[in-house]
Order: sequence, then structure tokens, then C-alpha cells
Amino acid sequence: MDYLLTEEQKMIKELARQIAVEKIKPVAAHYDESEEFPWPIVKVLAESDMCGIYIPEEYGGTGGGVLDLAIATEELSWGCGGIALAFAATGLGTFPIMLYGNEEQKKKYLPQIANGSKLAAFALTEAEAGSDAGSIKTSAVKDGDHYILNGTKQWITNAGEAEIYTVIAMTDKKKGARGASAFIVEKGTAGMEFSKREKKLGIRGSATREIVFTDCKVHKSNLLSREGMGFIVAMKTFDNSRPGVAAQAVGIAQRALDEATQYAHSRKQFGQSITSFQGIQFMMADMATQLEAARALIYSAARMIDSGAKDIAKVSAMSKLFASDVCMKITTDAVQIFGGYGYMREYPVEKLMRDAKITQIYEGTNQIQRGVIASHLIKQLSKKSKIA
Amino acid sequence: MNIIVCIKQVPNTTEVRINPETNTLIRDGVESVINPFDTYAIEEGVRLKEKFGGKVTVVSMGPPQAETALREAISLGCDEAILLTDRRFAGSDTWATSYTLSQAIRKINAFDVVICGKQASDGDTAQVGPGISTHLDIPQVTYVKKIERIDGNIAKVERLMEEGYEIIEIGFPCLLTVVKEINEPRLPSLRGKMKAKKAQIKKWNADDVACNIRGIGLDGSPTRVVKIFTPPARESGRILEGEIPEVCDRLVDYVKDEVI
Repeated sequence: MDYLLTEEQKMIKELARQIAVEKIKPVAAHYDESEEFPWPIVKVLAESDMCGIYIPEEYGGTGGGVLDLAIATEELSWGCGGIALAFAATGLGTFPIMLYGNEEQKKKYLPQIANGSKLAAFALTEAEAGSDAGSIKTSAVKDGDHYILNGTKQWITNAGEAEIYTVIAMTDKKKGARGASAFIVEKGTAGMEFSKREKKLGIRGSATREIVFTDCKVHKSNLLSREGMGFIVAMKTFDNSRPGVAAQAVGIAQRALDEATQYAHSRKQFGQSITSFQGIQFMMADMATQLEAARALIYSAARMIDSGAKDIAKVSAMSKLFASDVCMKITTDAVQIFGGYGYMREYPVEKLMRDAKITQIYEGTNQIQRGVIASHLIKQLSKKSKIA
Repeated sequence: MNIIVCIKQVPNTTEVRINPETNTLIRDGVESVINPFDTYAIEEGVRLKEKFGGKVTVVSMGPPQAETALREAISLGCDEAILLTDRRFAGSDTWATSYTLSQAIRKINAFDVVICGKQASDGDTAQVGPGISTHLDIPQVTYVKKIERIDGNIAKVERLMEEGYEIIEIGFPCLLTVVKEINEPRLPSLRGKMKAKKAQIKKWNADDVACNIRGIGLDGSPTRVVKIFTPPARESGRILEGEIPEVCDRLVDYVKDEVI
């Protein structure tokens, strides 16, 4: 399908696909097995200018937006959804600075992210604060020119590898969600430590760790926006980043479809290619159709966000919800088409199915996405009834 | 340091087929790429520029569509590109091609080193690089696998041999042909691709590079292609099994009877 991409977006797509085919695909199984962090690939991404595609030119990027980021994430995820996450999660950690950073903060941090010399991460989740982000316990207590951070963040993507972290902590516990604030914390700050490295079902080439803050002193100039804005910073960040998760899902799903159709074409049973059976044909047709619908929704949502539209939470949630559900279905069907081979680690599709699952869970479970969508529908209804 | 890299656009080697009736390459529908050996020349040129400053000029002789290869070279870090294109160049063999390229290099004038891939994947002659150095009357080292160091106007290079390598010192200006062991070519960068899209590719014809018309194209080519064919696939060897003395006897008999 022709999505009327700009020349620059076509170049990004072409280059990201070349990186996925030549550099990522050949090593995907290795990183899945070893759970190492894919630094050599990060270096390739840095050298090819991919790290700055969504960052404004004045801060060292090439000035694209959410759509550019989605296109690149999709293609890189075709190579490996786990490896691509080093790139995509940096986007998640960068959005708070792009959206709420002051000039000084942007000038300091964005160029380093844009040139790929530093990765970023976003630290919100805690053991008892997942979907209920308002109940985070990490505290930030003002002490002169500093804030003192205490608490533990968990399941932080890129933790330990990234240099620049956006951390959400409570500056006023009494106010609940409105008492949260966002801080930029650099790796190496005294009192910031990385502990448990998680072992995961999928996206195993991605680093997921705990971050422990013990009397960690952060200068007040690292506060993003104002005190109390932390929850809004997080929500707006997700509105911008969810099409990226959706794009990761579509990239994984595209790979599953490609692998499944190629396999089905060559696999012979009952003396003929299994693509001659309607049972397989219908599966392939449904996979391809759902995939294209997901892609179209992501690109539309991303374009809307890039246009500067304000009310983006609903479409952003829709793109993440739909693409990740479709990804889970397509990767499961790909394993089914491969039959017994699909269940074996020697073949690539079981990994795709494992990698797919997280896209229904992180950056807001799909139940939370449905909640976001429904609340917007209800809000629109009540607006209408007020007018009537 | 001013570097000139010579490249050739070739059909993607994995897809080359020969028309059995006309004995010519079937080019229809075959993707064109930069000769794989030339990608190492581009990378080495760009690395030298990054280390010593200066610029990389990439030159190719070919039909107008070879411009694509030159744009790709720019996306990989080359600064300027020149396409030698003229119907009168058609049918050039390695002698006429190297003459034409050397005339272009004379016109570019200021250069320290010319880098070529060791050979093209379609013709496989490995003659154009050495031909250019002969026409320009500058020293050359072929099959360079490493540029050890450059001190002033002297380069110390390693030349790959069948067994081991030679270490050679060579003065500038010179010509080097490189083998794939020399580096790992980078992928293009996004900024490089954007630059390539906008880049002006200079187009020079036979008059622009002051070629002697009798030295170019089919007329300037002493080579005559009599026949192109696919060589028969090599037959698999025979393995003799048994006790060593007895196998040796059989081997000697075999060599006597069937080889000599």
C-alpha cells in the first residue's frame, strides 16, 4: 500500500530495512539466546543517523516526528523486536525532554541522544505501581538546590545501559497523582544503582532492570516542567510513544507473515504446497489484512500527532491496542502454519510469538488502552449532552 | 589528502545469466549495484579522509544510469562524483577504459592517491586499476589488504599474496587496488542519503577529458571478445580408500595413466 511518505521518510524506511536485513536479522537469535545488550547494533544505528530522526534539527536531529520514529521502529523490529527496543525505548525516555524540557535541558541532552552517543530510558513503573501509576512510592524531597530521591523502579527498559533517565517521583504524596514530578537523572549520579536484571519470555536482547535510588541527589535544574507535573509528563509521553510500540508490533507481525507465507509456499504435504489448501490461504489472507489495517491506523495516528493535534490520547491508544492484538494473533498463526517446526527454536517464528506478547502489556496494558478509548468516548458523549 | 576512488556499476552477481545464443550477459531486469570490490575502495577512501582530512572524489565510466552508483557512493561518504559518459566510450576494453579514466584523473589533477577495487565482479580482469597507473605513470600496489601507516608522502601498505603478505612502501601520488580484507564497508547514513539525493553529479564526455578519439571505445580497444560461455562445473574429486601403501600405488598408477 502507498502511504504517501515523504522522500525523507522513504529513505528512513529503506535504511532501517537495510539495517534490519544486513545487521540485525543475522544476530537476532544470538541476542535472544545470550540476553546480551546489542551495543554493536546501537553503534550501527548511531553511525547511520537513525538515533536523531524524531529530534528537531536545532538539537542535532533530522527533524522528523512520530511517524518517522514509527517507520524506523517497524523496520528495525522486523529484524528483531528485542534489539529494536534499545532504539524505541530511547524514544520513550526522550519524549519527556522534547515535550517538557526547557531550552537548557534540551540543549544539554537532546544532541547526545540524536547522535547516538547516549541512550535514554523512562522510569515510571514500580512493584506496586503499574497501571495505577498514581500510586508510585519513589519520593523526591526538596533540599536546598537539590531533590533527594529514594525508592525503587522496576522493569525499566534500557536500565544500566542508558545514560539519561526520566524518572517520575512523588514530590507531594498527599496530592496523589498530582503530587508526582519528573526528573532527568544521569547514570553515575551518586545514590542511583542498577540491581536485578530480569529474565524474560521475549524481547530478550533488551535490558530490563531495577533502578534503586538511595538518597540520590538530583539538582533542581533537572526537574522537568514544574513540581506536580510528573503524571501529565508521563501521560503525554505515552500519547506520543504508543504508536512506537504499535510499530514494533507491526514490524514483528510483518516478519511473522513473511516467514509463514514463505514456509507455506515451500512446505509440501499430500503431494502439494500447503498454500494450495484453503485453510492455510484464509489464515494468510486474514493475517495480511489485519496487518495492513494496523499499519494504516498507526500511520494515521502518527500523522495526527505530528500535525500538532491536541486530542491524541484516543487514537494513540487505538493504534497500540489494535496493532499489538493483531501482532499476537499473527505470530500465533505463523507458529500454527509452521506446525511442529514452528514450535522449535531452530525456526524463527516461536521467538516472534514470544516477542509479540509484551506489546499487549507494556506502555499501558491493552485493558488500560481500552479504558483510555472508552473514557474519551464517554467524555465526548457528555459534552454533546451538555450542548443539547 | 585528496583521494580519487574509481568504481564500476555491475549487474548484481547473484543474478547474472548468460544468453546461450548470443553469448552476452542478460541485463534485462537485473538489478545494478556498485561492484562489491569497489565498496571496499570507497570505504578506505572515506576512512583516509576522516583521518587526514581532504576530500574523496568518486569517478565512474558508464551509461547514464551509472549515476545511481555514484549517488550511492556519496551516501557512503564521498564528497564529489563524476560520471564519464559518452556513446563513444561504448565497447571499451580494459585498456581503453583505463585510458579514459586516467584522462579524467588528469583533469581532476590534484590528488594523492587513487583507490580501485581489485577487480570487477562481472569482467574479473583486475586490469583497469593497474592500467590507470600505467597511463598516469604513477606507482601502484595491487591487492592491498591494509594501509599500515602514512608518513608525509609515503604510505606503508600490506599486499595480500596467496601465502602471507608483502609490506611495501609507496610514494604519493600512487594507485592502490584493495581486497575485501582491508575493511568492513559501512552502511549509508541518513544524512548521506539526503546529501546524495541533492548532489550534482558532474558528467564528462570524451571531449571534456581531452581523449584521443582513437584510444577510446571499441576502436581504442585491442581486445576482441570471441566467445562468452559458462565454464562447465568442476567435477568432484575421487577419494581413494584403503591402506596407505596400497592407496599410494593406486594413486601413482592413476596419475601415470590418466593425468600424464
